[in-house]
Amino acid sequence: MSEDILVNIKNISFNYNGQPVLSDINLTIKRGEYLGILGPNGSGKTTLLKIVLGVLKPQEGSVQLFGQDIAHFMDWKKIGYVPQRVGLNGISFPISVEEVVGMGGADHKSIVESLSQVGMTKHRTKLLRELSGGQQQRVFIARALAMKPQLLILDEPTVGVDVESQTKFYHLLRNLNKNLKLTLVLVSHDIDVVAHEVSEIACINCKLVCHGKPKEVLREDFMNKLYGKELRFVVHN
Amino acid sequence: MIRAFLAGLMIAIIAPIIGNFLVVRRFSLIADTLSHVALSGVAIGLLFKAQPLLVTVIVTVLVSIVIEKLRTSKNIPGEAVLAMFLPGGLALSIVLISLANGFNANLFAYLFGSITTVTDSDLWFTLGLGIITLATVVFFYKKLLFAAFDEESAKISGIPVGFVNLLLIVLTAITVSLSMRVVGILLIGALMVIPVVTGMQLARSFLQSIYYSLGFALVAVIFGLFASYYLNLPAGGAIVLLSLGIFGLVALLKQNR
Repeated sequence: MSEDILVNIKNISFNYNGQPVLSDINLTIKRGEYLGILGPNGSGKTTLLKIVLGVLKPQEGSVQLFGQDIAHFMDWKKIGYVPQRVGLNGISFPISVEEVVGMGGADHKSIVESLSQVGMTKHRTKLLRELSGGQQQRVFIARALAMKPQLLILDEPTVGVDVESQTKFYHLLRNLNKNLKLTLVLVSHDIDVVAHEVSEIACINCKLVCHGKPKEVLREDFMNKLYGKELRFVVHN
Repeated sequence: MIRAFLAGLMIAIIAPIIGNFLVVRRFSLIADTLSHVALSGVAIGLLFKAQPLLVTVIVTVLVSIVIEKLRTSKNIPGEAVLAMFLPGGLALSIVLISLANGFNANLFAYLFGSITTVTDSDLWFTLGLGIITLATVVFFYKKLLFAAFDEESAKISGIPVGFVNLLLIVLTAITVSLSMRVVGILLIGALMVIPVVTGMQLARSFLQSIYYSLGFALVAVIFGLFASYYLNLPAGGAIVLLSLGIFGLVALLKQNR
């Protein structure tokens, strides 16, 4: 059913200064899906994300969001975005957790609710810079949740986050997908995480190398296409 | 003295509020750059015998829009744009001032602030534009904060980041221009930055940082104006030295806690 397709990417190509970054990408994201977008550094996965978020315009192809062409799409509140934490100017601000969660315009009730959903209620009056990397990422998820999105897009959310916090973080994402029926798109270069967490994988390396369930996709021939033959992959368990 | 006092209070309110957004954006030097541009506005006003405050506001706002356009064009680094316009503004001022028969005491008052030169029309103009500036910040508060904190996410959330950034620089230009009578053009940058940095030492949120900086700026302006009146000191100098003194005191107290 078309209303169950939240994102429909058709024949997208994107060049940067004449260099092809994305070539003829076709991809759909369905309601309730937990999609992992996998690819090596410089493979174009963040570019694809920025095209879906309307920050970049592709030279060819089209994007539909919630059944509407992206050029006419105005309901951006339906899409939550969690940025890469590293390099974010605001981390050093004297800003409280509650202020970060409310900066999108959410009311007090939604702020309290979303902080509870990510397990950060007791930290609400702390300064953002007093929190660990994993906790800061939870706050950014709460900021997105406070606007009641239907689709949550996360760009390499655990870069610079310690392993223990990463485990808790992915547990939270799993719960949001299962309990709140939130559609998730996780961009990552971490095959191990993606293999165990997501329900669908799309592998990007300029082209769409593969797309399907993790078990179907994480085969040696696809991985060779994605990362080259020199690299060996060990997916634990 | 009453006129200077009322105008000074308005400046003490708007300067640190705008300053908070500038400091967290690492854009503190824009106030200094615009103050040098404002000096050319004063020079134009003196040359053509027009109302200097009105001419300064118009010139500074127009140049601030050009600065923002150049900064966002990405062909020139942001700090290089400031480094171009700071001496540019000063150069234009010197040329115009020499055409207007050179430096005089009147000009000295614009540079460093003077409590005796605030006229009735200066006061009403300052209060009117100051209230508009304040209301604009209150209305756009969350958008200004989001754009300063994380520009990309703000853009994705549907916030018109380009407009919000332009708004901030225009409000900065207005604040700088309004401050010239009391604090002086060359010293306003300090009033937009020092109380903010002092407040940030103590703040537990961005809003608290605004309140603290507001408090510190008001104390500095009130006592600075009294010092200027009773000790016959330049108002701007007294205000900025007091701000620095408060910063030193807070930093010391914080270190010993």
